[in-house]
Amino acid sequence: MKQIIGEKMGSIIKIAGPLVITNNMRGSKMYDVVRVGKEGLIGEIIQLKNDNAVIQVYEDTSGIKPGEKVENTNLPLSVELGPGLIANIYDGIQRPLNLIAAKSGSFISRGINISPIDKKKKWKFYSMPNIKKNTIVKEGNILGFVEETALVKHYILVPYGYNGRIKMIKEQGNFSVLDVICEIEQEGKIKEITMLQKRMVRVAGKYELRFAPNVPLVTGQRVIDMFFPVAKGGAAAIPGPFGSGKTVVSHQLAKFADADIIIYVGCGERGNEMTEILTEFPELKDQKSGKPLMDRTILIANTSNMPVAAREASIYTGITIAEYFRDMGYDVVLMADSTSRWAEAMREISARLEEMPGEEGYPAYLPKRLAEFYERAGRVKTLSENEGSITIVGAVSPPGGDISEPVSQGSLRVVKTFWALDAQLAGSRHFPAINWLTSYSLYKSSLNEWYNKNLGEEFIKGRDEALAVLQKEAELKDIIRLVGADALPEHERVILEIGRMLRENFLRQSAFDDIDAYTSLNKQKGMLDIILYFKKKAEESLEQGVEANIILNMKVRGHISRIKEFPEEKFDNEKNIIIKEINEEFVIVHNK
Amino acid sequence: MKSLLLYITNKKFGDNVKFELEYKTISSVAGPLIIVDKIFNAAYNEIVRINMSDGESKLGQVIESTSNYAVVQVFGQTHGIDVDKTSVRFLGDTFRIGVSDSMLGRIFNGQGKPRDIKADIVADEKFDINGYPLNPVSRAMPSDFIETGISAIDGLMTLVRGQKLPVFSGSGLTHNQLAAQITKQAKVKGKNENFAVVFAGIGITHDDADFFIESFRKTGALKRTVAFINLADDPSIERILTPRLALTTAEYLAYKRDMHVLVILTDMTNYCEALRELSSAREEVPGRRGYPGYMYTDLASIYERAGLIKGKKGSITQLNILTMPSDDITHPIPDLTGYITEGNIYLSRDLANKNIYPSINPLNSLSRLMNEGIGSGKTREYHRNVADQLYGFYANAEETRSLSAIVGTEALTPLDKKYLKFGDEFEKRFLSQNINEERSIEKTLEIGWDLLSEFESDELIRIKSDYIKKYYKQKKE
Repeated sequence: MKQIIGEKMGSIIKIAGPLVITNNMRGSKMYDVVRVGKEGLIGEIIQLKNDNAVIQVYEDTSGIKPGEKVENTNLPLSVELGPGLIANIYDGIQRPLNLIAAKSGSFISRGINISPIDKKKKWKFYSMPNIKKNTIVKEGNILGFVEETALVKHYILVPYGYNGRIKMIKEQGNFSVLDVICEIEQEGKIKEITMLQKRMVRVAGKYELRFAPNVPLVTGQRVIDMFFPVAKGGAAAIPGPFGSGKTVVSHQLAKFADADIIIYVGCGERGNEMTEILTEFPELKDQKSGKPLMDRTILIANTSNMPVAAREASIYTGITIAEYFRDMGYDVVLMADSTSRWAEAMREISARLEEMPGEEGYPAYLPKRLAEFYERAGRVKTLSENEGSITIVGAVSPPGGDISEPVSQGSLRVVKTFWALDAQLAGSRHFPAINWLTSYSLYKSSLNEWYNKNLGEEFIKGRDEALAVLQKEAELKDIIRLVGADALPEHERVILEIGRMLRENFLRQSAFDDIDAYTSLNKQKGMLDIILYFKKKAEESLEQGVEANIILNMKVRGHISRIKEFPEEKFDNEKNIIIKEINEEFVIVHNK
Repeated sequence: MKSLLLYITNKKFGDNVKFELEYKTISSVAGPLIIVDKIFNAAYNEIVRINMSDGESKLGQVIESTSNYAVVQVFGQTHGIDVDKTSVRFLGDTFRIGVSDSMLGRIFNGQGKPRDIKADIVADEKFDINGYPLNPVSRAMPSDFIETGISAIDGLMTLVRGQKLPVFSGSGLTHNQLAAQITKQAKVKGKNENFAVVFAGIGITHDDADFFIESFRKTGALKRTVAFINLADDPSIERILTPRLALTTAEYLAYKRDMHVLVILTDMTNYCEALRELSSAREEVPGRRGYPGYMYTDLASIYERAGLIKGKKGSITQLNILTMPSDDITHPIPDLTGYITEGNIYLSRDLANKNIYPSINPLNSLSRLMNEGIGSGKTREYHRNVADQLYGFYANAEETRSLSAIVGTEALTPLDKKYLKFGDEFEKRFLSQNINEERSIEKTLEIGWDLLSEFESDELIRIKSDYIKKYYKQKKE
């Protein structure tokens, strides 16, 4: 079968790395997707100069020669959306890696063109009860749904640009994504709707309006949920040097965040990290439903050894898929690991274009691109009048761990939660190595109401008290470094001990322990309550003249150091026991 | 006027017959780069042969191709190249290496030519030295525990088969001895499988090269070793090729010949410096400390070639050595390496000065795949907990040391003094061992428990209460 993809044909006049310059391209538009050379490598026009077009090629350009042809598809870089996305793994330009492996073996060869979504598979489609013949629908409205996985009901949306009166709707039946399930009449013309749609990746999706971020994303990670929460629809950055646990934190969030859909973009990172998710997630169970985690996960993998231009695209591919699920009314979390590699890909392309470099060689438009990306997060009223959200968590890999560099700074200006990973904490194996003195969350005040309602009025007071202890502990440690611990007054020695308890028994959380990996909000608060109760009793005793030394040697401390080991279902009971033990031992202490 | 010399040989290139042309149109030579004019169809990354007037020839590679000229990067020095008589022949292919079993036991130079006196090898197959990116879907998760017989590594930063774990060292430290000891002792328990060592010496001194070859010879590993050696006084541009030749050979041995291959790349610092040299010759915008902005991607194209593939029996484990300039772990070379590799082994000058071998400082070291290789059925169920606790106490000890240096030991609490004692004992009994000592993982963990037994059970907060009940024995004073 002969197929003419596009009428514009140019030929290559220069090749340098991932950039190719082509003549005879007049009439092409910026960001059109093109096919380069005999093998038909995928590329995108990123600059036009008279007849010439500069193309970034998403595959290795070795062996390409001047004179080879370039065809313009006349389509912008887009993703295909429809049932079949979930549990898939794609490369940066949404090619399915499973099918690539089936076709070209263990190593990725070039010029492979495989559809991201299975076009033959039949899905059982049900129309929504309110969608009938003659209903007037507009873009983004929900027509019906498909039970895609045990966890995800995939709603079929009216594609962008489609508004009109329904002429035909299939009530239910088995259809492939290419079968017509609905026809609408728009301005006198009949338009067909299938379960498959395309969206441009570089253009942000549409919605009705934005809501304030006042519901937290519960992650089961104590330092995050209690001290530095991120709101649903918010954005967080995790900068940190290598070995400080960025990836482990990202994986923990992907496993335990209370979201409906997880999109994990592995951008220029290790291949084995993707393998780990692929082997682990199908085995792991979702906290709420007990179904495999993979049933709500989509992976975009452009590992560090895959072509650099596709790394630039991978972030956009991920966020566009996220918007699609948000539009169905879901809470989506997008993890981007790592945004620094994305920025570096931009830098590399920019350098080859010989653009005037900004800070540290990054293009001057880097901060704007970062802001545009993070602003695609948000909790919104969708076009179908539902509530959906995208939360973005961006890992940052600053050179040498120094966050004064442009990617960290550009991110910090737009995100409201900052989890500062600390090399020293990581060195002593305090994980998650989120530094409690430098991290912050600006969502705290807008989340107060939610916390008051769900964890009780006294929670915020307790949390602030705990943070104040940690702050004080750090100050005291500075003093000890000068004068030694003996010189401290009694009260401050107790504060040091409470600080240690908070660090070791509360903040430190093992991602590899079955019980400790996830902590419910109830247990998190309970743990904090226990430590603060001990503090209260200790301070009372001090006032009544009990020596700090006696308090620092109390037996119950051993029991408190085990609170994270208590299983969820037994926690409340254990908490009561421990509170009782604290009371009893303080009575003994007083009588000494 | 320059002329085109026509040599007509039929050579297959893709599906077209191409006439091999010899160009005498060099217009400029600068650093390792030459520009060849009047060529309109050089393929990007194509290999060229440069024939000089004295009959010598060199290889080069097209790094930029246009419809009227090509920029060629020369492997080796450019002396002897002129703009009049030197001719360039485009070979119609990217850089490939012929590989076969008979490479085992042989030593090659940085361009893949035999360095020993024996004949050229007869290749079974030829492979592009850049390889293709491994599909993440096709990777298998590394999980076989490698026992190196070194307590610091086995106990605290366990290595698994298919991992890439660099040694961050400094000038004058014992990284070579450590690498040789690991090569000698490393084994996967209960398995007696086909193994091979691929060694790439990148810009190393004659002495270092001799040390490695001699140590392989002594242990009998030499006949299972393929060595590619680019010496310090060899052309630096060859250093770009050396690790890729080594890895292409390793991939052949692992995935076509079912061997478990340990690849040693030393010294990656020399590699990165060669990359910088080339980048500056190309007049590219320099990044941090003059290294090119794409160094992360370039290093990834080397390091990511470690691993396991589903359905293949063999594996590639990488042990990369790099010397940190002035022991600075934030220098771009260790920094970018650490972001790609699965952890690192950090050699400390302080420990070396205390005469501790191996001078591995665990606090700066890490193995990301450790959890895959330890636990019940592999090492011991409590391995993770014991390692965490040792880490924790050693970090406390270090903190207390710096404290006592200011306020003196008098002002320390009894617990602090315990930490200090632990720090010294840990260094003496756990970290330190003889260069020929092969310590089993059982012995390593036993020493670990013994060190921990100085503490009360309540102080071992990083060990689960179950394990304390089962395994903890308090030391009687």
